[in-house]
Amino acid sequence: MQQAVLAGFVMAGLAPLLHRWLGARTAPMMALLPASLVLWLLWQWPLIAAGETLLLAWPWVPALGVSLTFFLDGLAWLFALLICAIGALVLVYSGDYLRDDPDQPRFLVLIVAFMMAMLGLVLADNLVTLFIFWELTSLTSYLLIGFHHEDPAARKAALQSLMVTAGGGLALLAGLVMLAQAGGSWSLAELAGRGEAVQAHALHGPLLVCVLLGAFTKSAQFPFHFWLPNAMAAPTPVSAYLHSATMVKAGIYLLARLHPVLGSSDAWVVTLSLVGALTMALGACLAIRQTHLKILLAYSTVMALGAMTLLLGIGSRAALAAFVVFLVAHALYKGAMFLVAGILDQATGTRDLTGMGGLRHRMPWTALVAGLAALSLAGLPPLLGFIGKEALFAAVLEADRLRGVILPLAFLAALLTLAVAALMVLRPFFGAVRETPRPPREGSPAMLAGPVLLVGLSLWLGLAPHGLEALVTATVQGLGVREAAVHLTLWHGITLPLGLSLASLLLGALVVRHWEGVRVWSARLEPLMALGPEGGYAAVMRGWLRLAEAQTRWLQNGHLRSYLVMTLLVLLGLVGHALFVRHGTLAAPVPSARGHEAVVAALMVAGAVTACLMRSRLAAVAALGAMGFSIALIFVLFSAPDLAITQLLVETLTVVLLALVLFRLPRFAILSTPLQRLRDLGVASLVGGLISLLMLSVLGGEQLPRISAYMIANGLPMGHGHNLVNVILVDFRALDTLGEVIVLGLAATGVFAMLGLRPEDPASRREARAGEGGHG
Amino acid sequence: MVKSGTLILEVAARLLVPLQLLFSLFLLQRGHDEPGGGFIAGLVAAGGLALFLFAHGRQALRALLKVSPRDLIGLGLLIGVLSTLPAWWWGEPLFTAQWWRIPGIGLEISTPLIFDIGVYLAVIGSVLTAIIALVETDRDDVIR
Repeated sequence: MQQAVLAGFVMAGLAPLLHRWLGARTAPMMALLPASLVLWLLWQWPLIAAGETLLLAWPWVPALGVSLTFFLDGLAWLFALLICAIGALVLVYSGDYLRDDPDQPRFLVLIVAFMMAMLGLVLADNLVTLFIFWELTSLTSYLLIGFHHEDPAARKAALQSLMVTAGGGLALLAGLVMLAQAGGSWSLAELAGRGEAVQAHALHGPLLVCVLLGAFTKSAQFPFHFWLPNAMAAPTPVSAYLHSATMVKAGIYLLARLHPVLGSSDAWVVTLSLVGALTMALGACLAIRQTHLKILLAYSTVMALGAMTLLLGIGSRAALAAFVVFLVAHALYKGAMFLVAGILDQATGTRDLTGMGGLRHRMPWTALVAGLAALSLAGLPPLLGFIGKEALFAAVLEADRLRGVILPLAFLAALLTLAVAALMVLRPFFGAVRETPRPPREGSPAMLAGPVLLVGLSLWLGLAPHGLEALVTATVQGLGVREAAVHLTLWHGITLPLGLSLASLLLGALVVRHWEGVRVWSARLEPLMALGPEGGYAAVMRGWLRLAEAQTRWLQNGHLRSYLVMTLLVLLGLVGHALFVRHGTLAAPVPSARGHEAVVAALMVAGAVTACLMRSRLAAVAALGAMGFSIALIFVLFSAPDLAITQLLVETLTVVLLALVLFRLPRFAILSTPLQRLRDLGVASLVGGLISLLMLSVLGGEQLPRISAYMIANGLPMGHGHNLVNVILVDFRALDTLGEVIVLGLAATGVFAMLGLRPEDPASRREARAGEGGHG
Repeated sequence: MVKSGTLILEVAARLLVPLQLLFSLFLLQRGHDEPGGGFIAGLVAAGGLALFLFAHGRQALRALLKVSPRDLIGLGLLIGVLSTLPAWWWGEPLFTAQWWRIPGIGLEISTPLIFDIGVYLAVIGSVLTAIIALVETDRDDVIR
């Protein structure tokens, strides 16, 4: 499984190469990977149906408890299946949709990378792994929304979605770390059984807030719903896949996954129910105002996401079963509807519902598919959407908390969704034929295959819902409810949910009839929208930029001396805090020195003092050199040849670098006031004193002998080397060394960027560019 | 100021630079058991190449190196990162050292040695990048 996900990332990287060989067939060929994963998942089905879980462990950083462990239970299986199956269909579809786009390879890279990130997210068992895949989905989504990067609106929408989801991601990171501390494990499988311990923990409140922030931003819950409609700037296959079927459900997945751990607390039930119901009603209200096909669909997705959050909030067995049915039904019809929207957009050249009409004659198959998908969206029999909506109503009617609030909101959402679904079909396909920018033609087989398959499944599962029972049971078990045999039927008899459905049908028909009136009326509310969350987002971004500007003016003022003072003061504060406040008293030995050591030390001090007093730069450099060589001498005296060699070499190269710099500096002048120099003297003395104390306390501590003893004992047997310094550098502490070398490389690159690419110096820029390509 | 044009420096460089480069390889190879190692070896090599730069000029250094020093930084880091991966293949945590003895000649290859080579290259690249960037601010040199 891990191999499959990693192979997927590799394949994503190879997409441009494949595209060169295979041309237009690349996308269908790449669809083979998710398709084969679907087969693998189906092969695992008996195991999942029996309530077993599959754990595939791959240690990563075992010392920190981080591992690339994948974990397959009913919930993960369902999500993985949706991701792979819809992913395969979307890949086939996009091969045709983007046939003439020269950027198709880039699209394939991003969408396959996204697919794998999403798959990793739902399969991850480890919280760190989950978070990494979570962020990867945010990043790939950002790149996909901004796919048409020449379009400023697309760039803006992409940035907005990144700001909202990645901001939530930061909160989520904090939440997950607290969750791991409260539950005492990084493994989701282990955490599932420790719900009570987590909820009794002192961190429960903050961690709940952080986790919910992460989930709500990702899944476009109120008040973060505004980024999703804007994300429709992405190509339609992306909207179908990321912004309806998969990524936006990542937040829902996380809520479902954590339901066994956090689900029974009051705060959870109330927050999820309220936010879910509000999002649901708001999404439906905003959808009915739209005439842009994709944005209308996006708001109806917001509504569906709200419904799923609401069901998870209610949390009863019936609600969880309804959640699963609703999830499957939504993925099937919404995927199909988006793909149909893409066909319409390509066939007619417009996405405006009011600009289409009578298309059923030209595009009979598309019309049929759209009709069936809309029936499911509206929640009408005999499609799966009907069962989902009935189950939703039944669960809401049984809710323990807040029933009086969530029932009207859910009812409003249902009736408006019905109207939206009707408009989706009636406007483009029925009525008088309208002129469209392009003469309409039927979609190609590759583009129709996906929606036909999805709608066919909706219909089949609607007529024979017992096929879904085992899956719902297995998933609900994954949500922490044992003994959860679920029965699904199309006909429940005359019940209250059915009555609610009928009432919403009648009222919905009324809304459709007076759609123009509703739109005109709601257009008057437009000024109010500026006060909404999107206005808030804009205000936050403006404030953020202002803050960034202010702190740049204050901190990044371009004076090396103030950077130095700032850095040293921060060091003083942090190290001083650690040394005095956290460690308490110092147990430092009284330093003693033999005669020749004292001479070398005196040389060092003399060098430093001379460097400060000199009025000639060259003399100051020489004095510093004397100090450096004295330090090297100390290393020699204490038999540390490696350090001595390094010190000598660094001193030598420093002289070379300084010699190059000195020629370019202006004439030496004293620019600071005596007061400033006094301040600098104070800072320098404090830092020097602190570092000396630090060294003494390290020497006096108990750690040092133990560390030395460990290194000496293990250098040869474990590190295979006699030179301990080198064994530590390249083996025991190789990660630190890697970090240091990266810093070194970055510093050199920074020097190059500052000196080699100065904008006012076109000649050296040309040079630099010539240096990029091979030069001989 | 880059090309000195001094006979003494040129002759000295002709003798010293190959010696310094050889010495740096020697330090790199023996580093795990005796004083030396990738960082020190990289500094020695960079010092040698800097001497070459001052004696013969930038173009000559480019001809000698064949690649840009900035590419050396990237190559070194890449080798360093890659050397941490083999452990993963054998199911051990990243960065776990792996040792292979080539039978017959008794030569030992190890991921720490490969890592050290990465450090060596990255250090050479970093130092030379900085020195060359400083040298190139000399306008006369750009024109020449």
